[in-house]
Amino acid sequence: MKAPLRYYDYEKDISGCGIFGVIDKKRNLIKGDMPIAAMTCMHDRGNGLGGGFAAYGIYPELADLYAFHVMSSSQSALDRAEEMIKAHFEVHESQPMPTRKTLAIKNPPLMWRYFLSVKESRPRWKSLGEEDYVVATLMDINKTSGGAYVFSSGKNMGAFKGVGFPEDIAEFFRLEEYAGYIWTGHNRFPTNTPGWWGGAHPFTLLNWSIVHNGEISSYGINRRYLCMHDYECTLMTDTEVVAYLLDLLIRKHGLSKRMASWVFAPPFWDEIARMNEQDKETFTALRMVYGPAMLNGPFAILVGDGHSLMGLNDRIKLRPLLVAEHGDRVFMSSEESAVRDVCPELDKVWMPKAGEPVIVELEA
Amino acid sequence: MEKFTFDANCVYYRQLNEQIRAAVAGGCTDFELTNVRGQRYIADALDGDLRFMIHGVPGQDLGAFMRGPKIRVEGNAQDGVGNTMDDGEIVIDGLAGDVLGYAMRGGRIMVRGDVGYRVGIHMKAYKEKIPVVVIGGKAGDFLGEYMAGGAIVLLGMFTGKPDAPIAGRSLGTGMHGGVIYVRGGVPLTQLGPHLKAENADDEDLRTLTTHVTAFADSFGLDAKEILSVPFVRVKPFSHRPYGNLYVAA
Repeated sequence: MKAPLRYYDYEKDISGCGIFGVIDKKRNLIKGDMPIAAMTCMHDRGNGLGGGFAAYGIYPELADLYAFHVMSSSQSALDRAEEMIKAHFEVHESQPMPTRKTLAIKNPPLMWRYFLSVKESRPRWKSLGEEDYVVATLMDINKTSGGAYVFSSGKNMGAFKGVGFPEDIAEFFRLEEYAGYIWTGHNRFPTNTPGWWGGAHPFTLLNWSIVHNGEISSYGINRRYLCMHDYECTLMTDTEVVAYLLDLLIRKHGLSKRMASWVFAPPFWDEIARMNEQDKETFTALRMVYGPAMLNGPFAILVGDGHSLMGLNDRIKLRPLLVAEHGDRVFMSSEESAVRDVCPELDKVWMPKAGEPVIVELEA
Repeated sequence: MEKFTFDANCVYYRQLNEQIRAAVAGGCTDFELTNVRGQRYIADALDGDLRFMIHGVPGQDLGAFMRGPKIRVEGNAQDGVGNTMDDGEIVIDGLAGDVLGYAMRGGRIMVRGDVGYRVGIHMKAYKEKIPVVVIGGKAGDFLGEYMAGGAIVLLGMFTGKPDAPIAGRSLGTGMHGGVIYVRGGVPLTQLGPHLKAENADDEDLRTLTTHVTAFADSFGLDAKEILSVPFVRVKPFSHRPYGNLYVAA
């Protein structure tokens, strides 16, 4: 293909997504202003086609209930989703998501929030465990409601996302009014998939949330593998598979986060060849059993689950990730400047090794 | 001309760089920037004898394409420092991120601490233009990948990663020119293919002394102590290790 005439007149946007996360190990609450400011500092890593946040600890009075955040392109789809929710759950609260009108956010979908517990007598999926039942229901809503999507379903946590820069999305969702002990943020620069509301990050399932800079080239095989385990991808963005893989590997198969990281970013075969016999066997087995769950392509991801914040790079580190500590707080970010912007003095700053997760658990 | 001092706190990168360029056009040669937090493209493509003192964390592509300016960063730097830099010097009193010195073709970059992945990738040299990168700490994978010329000096001394190997895996993968010096040696398993590691000879030591002395002077360190340990020289086995890569057998 030839370059266009006067190609030098085309201003090229050079960017990649931006991610930021913070955890307070003692569960002290962090106001939304902080992650918003950090994401604003990395404004130019995105292009306005996606922004979002996940926050843990935001619904302390309703902490035992599943908080469903639902977006819908039409009232009729939202009605269908609500019908399904009512059939499967006890509804304790139901309300429009608190939002404000802003100039930057045009034509947002309808946003509704439900606080739910599982019905004593279930209409179907009676033999499933409670969390599997929640997963099955929300997958069904996303697949069959015809335009409504449950984009957040954990307890005492929530995802807030859409089309816009993260600071605009934060203003729209009034995020400065929330406080949590774990936050993640994302600034999107979509490359292969549409910049639509459902495709913004974070992607969540139950208490899992993930933000991602990069692209999952193995999306096809990951998606088919998940399909065999009753996870259906409906959001048209590669990162969605990581949220479901976390749920499958860690919650259902009982792998540790460290183990799951080895599935996502396994050691190279030449490294396995140099290991002792026992490790060789373990890592060979892991690659054999979970080959279809391996993530190929560049990624820096931040994962929250209510108890921890985890950062992980692909094994050849094709995306930036920095970790910094200050007192009880640990930050993970695409750029150090974003961390310094919200916490100028830091005790420790480092860039983790490719494929080695940084897992920070709560201490309180 | 008086010094250009500027508080970059919350200033968007375009405004910051416009002001710097206007000052350069006005004949200013000394710059001091404070509260820098992530502003991209500082000093990019500037030409001539200019000096920058940067307090804070400059953003991506610091000093890209520049020809001549001397930059000192009191703090850490992010990714892409000295991208395709042609001449001048960048001194970082802290850490630096990935792809530092990418396709660098002249001048010198010195980092006191650790650097990220793919540092010195595609460095090249031509006649009197010989780019040099000196790293006081340790390096991530793919150091000097596809390197075609110039020199990388890896000291491994001032590091936040005591347990890590001095360089990550695939060091010098695809390298076909230039040289990587490693203080105290490097495990052969970290090397990419077609490379050999030998003891540095007298000529290497002259080169090393020049750059290690400049490094020590920049950070108030003792060059003798740094040079008291033998260095290993990593180079390709042959003049054109990939000469037959695309030739039909």
